[in-house]
Amino acid sequence: MSPNLSAILYLISGVLFILALRGLSSPETSRKGNLFGIIGMVIAVTVTFLSVGNFTSGFIYVLIFLAVGGTVGAFIAYKIPMTAMPELVAGFHSLVGLAAVFVAISAFINPEAFGLGTPGNIKLASLIEMAIGAAVGAITFSGSVIAFLKLQGIMSGAPITFKGQHALNALILVSIVVLTYYLCSTQSSNLFWILIAVSFLIGFLIIIPIGGADMPVVISMLNSYSGWAAAGIGFTLENTALIITGALVGSSGAILSYIMCKGMNRSFFNVILGGFGATDQSVGDKNKEQRPVKSGNADDAAFLMKNASSVIIVPGYGMAVAQAQHALREMVDTLKKNDIKVSYAIHPVAGRMPGHMNVLLAEANVPYDEVFELEEINNDFANADVAFVIGANDVTNPVAKTDPQSPIYGMPVLDVEKCKSVLFVKRSLSPGYAGIDNDLFYKENTLMLFADAKKMTEDITKNL
Amino acid sequence: MEIDPFIFRLSIFILSIFVGYYVVWSVTPSLHTPLMSVTNAISSVIIVGAIIAALSSNDGVIFSSSSVFGFLAIVLAAVNIFGGFLVTQRMLAMYKKKKKDK
Repeated sequence: MSPNLSAILYLISGVLFILALRGLSSPETSRKGNLFGIIGMVIAVTVTFLSVGNFTSGFIYVLIFLAVGGTVGAFIAYKIPMTAMPELVAGFHSLVGLAAVFVAISAFINPEAFGLGTPGNIKLASLIEMAIGAAVGAITFSGSVIAFLKLQGIMSGAPITFKGQHALNALILVSIVVLTYYLCSTQSSNLFWILIAVSFLIGFLIIIPIGGADMPVVISMLNSYSGWAAAGIGFTLENTALIITGALVGSSGAILSYIMCKGMNRSFFNVILGGFGATDQSVGDKNKEQRPVKSGNADDAAFLMKNASSVIIVPGYGMAVAQAQHALREMVDTLKKNDIKVSYAIHPVAGRMPGHMNVLLAEANVPYDEVFELEEINNDFANADVAFVIGANDVTNPVAKTDPQSPIYGMPVLDVEKCKSVLFVKRSLSPGYAGIDNDLFYKENTLMLFADAKKMTEDITKNL
Repeated sequence: MEIDPFIFRLSIFILSIFVGYYVVWSVTPSLHTPLMSVTNAISSVIIVGAIIAALSSNDGVIFSSSSVFGFLAIVLAAVNIFGGFLVTQRMLAMYKKKKKDK
């Protein structure tokens, strides 16, 4: 296949990827968008086969490895529970990162195959691109592995910090730049390996100090990195599809990180530097005096809801942990049968990744037009009778609006307390992730329901 | 003086960042999780590089030091492509509109 024709086809596949993302602007068009993405991928792979034009026995092996990976991927995609989506995405990011590293290594060992020069005499621009692709890929890989382990619970979600952490990270980042410089001037393969090793290390070090509830930012950030890594390799390979995709994914992840940071009213650097929560614990302990709390049971909750005319549900990560989304939807069905208006309010950082709650509710057959974002629904709390908070905590804390001393001050929160009554499902009075007490627990109109989220919702349904 | 082809690629790259910026802002927040999984799938177009790497050895040798990395990268990228697109499809199939009341 002529290089010009294949370049045009790669461009088409890049455009199809743009359309794939464009489709996600509404659920109706999203499925078609996904199809565009698949077509784009098929075109890119086919064109590559045709332009390499090497249909020897090696080609059979390519197909075998492709089939092996594809089978594993398809199996995972069908088996994975929706609650585990954050882990899955983190895992997938690590694969993109590692693949980028491998491609860069291969190009470094055998630059002739890629038309980049000869070993020890690689074109300068290609070498720089390769080094960037490999370094960012390695950071994506090790960072995503840590994120995966933290989300999976294999590694504690608590931030791991030590003295001199930031100085060490800064030193390593500088050394990556220095290594890249020397790699380019000497073409030494040892430096290339050291560069990759150091990048793996920094990816690991960057993510360990970041706590569990900051995972939405971390996942988005790694999403962005995987894009930049792909773009770096795209420049090396002079491949338009890869460059376009890398830019798309890179900016997509960056935007999601921005949205998540804004949802927590924290700067990106504040999240990256990590250690949030751990340092604020002492403040929370100091002013912990015993305050009276009203607690109730499923019967009380059912009574309150039966007499309501509108109910707003506020789901959070706790709902995912308790797998309570199906039980919740059954409760809502019963409420709707009694002509009670029900809607769902989702905070941008609810759950462990952007849009996590929406997927879980969709899985439980909740129609997406009953689910609202913070800005859309926040004014409705004042007119609603009951707010049902299930598994959310910090995102409902009125302290964010009233107490400038609070670490979460200024964070946008759901105005749950404006409802006539608030039902708060929670296992205990323990503070949320931010380590601060939730004022909502002690409000006159709050009824605490101490129980497992799933069990409580089921009990309420029985009592309705 | 002729313009280096690198500049053209850089132009594509920069413009794509802007395209990405506007396209992603138009994505509805309720689809942010599928957005991540689909970006995951499409960034695995890096498989293009993996295929070139895997078929890079000459003289009928299938597994050379450079092609082995290519084959490994093919497996990783393939997991991502199939896994990413299928899981996205599975998620998107769940988003349903309210049924019209009676």
